[in-house]
Amino acid sequence: MDQQRRDVLRFASVLGLMAASGLISTVQAEEWSRAGFNEKSLDAVFRVLGAEQMESVTALTLTAPEIAENGAVVPVVVSSSLAVEQIAIMVEKNPNPLAAQFFFTPRAEPFVATRIKMAETSRVFALVKTEGKWMVATKEIKVTLGGCGG
Amino acid sequence: MDGGNKGNQSDFRRVWGLKMGSPMRIRAQENKGIVDVKILIRHDMESGLRKGDDGVLVPAWYIHTLKAEVQGKVVFHAQLGPAVSRDPFINFRYPGAKGDTLLVSWVDTKNDTRRDEVIVS
Repeated sequence: MDQQRRDVLRFASVLGLMAASGLISTVQAEEWSRAGFNEKSLDAVFRVLGAEQMESVTALTLTAPEIAENGAVVPVVVSSSLAVEQIAIMVEKNPNPLAAQFFFTPRAEPFVATRIKMAETSRVFALVKTEGKWMVATKEIKVTLGGCGG
Repeated sequence: MDGGNKGNQSDFRRVWGLKMGSPMRIRAQENKGIVDVKILIRHDMESGLRKGDDGVLVPAWYIHTLKAEVQGKVVFHAQLGPAVSRDPFINFRYPGAKGDTLLVSWVDTKNDTRRDEVIVS
């Protein structure tokens, strides 16, 4: 119990230090607010991210299966040939579209792979932020067996 | 979710109020100056929308933040939602060197945390 509280304190102080030293931006420091994850529609998520204007480009690739037999485990890979600041993965028809977002340091490799849940057949969006601009790639994934409650 | 998980480890943890934190499996391999990191975490990532065997909604309980650091510098930072699959898998790459210590930590919605280290090979 005590140990747990100390861990939390330690984490909070580390975060504070990082924010103060400019290692992470304020947006990232405010991760407790979790903006975007509670939104119920794609448009609302776009608004929160400031991604109302997006470009569809070939420099961005979203790799995922055409058909996912199990909606509880859908592998997705997002990669780009441009340096990226942020990658967000969204599922249009999930109760909360935003599934995950990733933040990168300037020299980081523009690549991330993970596994997500999908409630039903839907378009999946990969949004990438480069030099303050958003780019998007989408893919329709058919789900045979839903991820049961997202 | 994956059906028939009656009496599994996670129900046990939930009933007894235990933490999720078992060790992460981390693999970090350097190739031509790029370190490829694969992380597998043991966590139920309960969305709060799933009904348990008793027909009652299982409360949300998921990892919301994951961070990877090398020598105190954040090399990767992720915010996860409940739509990340159970036992999350995350693969990313960063420019780095062999022999560095990579520290990965996560925090979940019950403020459970876990940190694990691996030497880049």
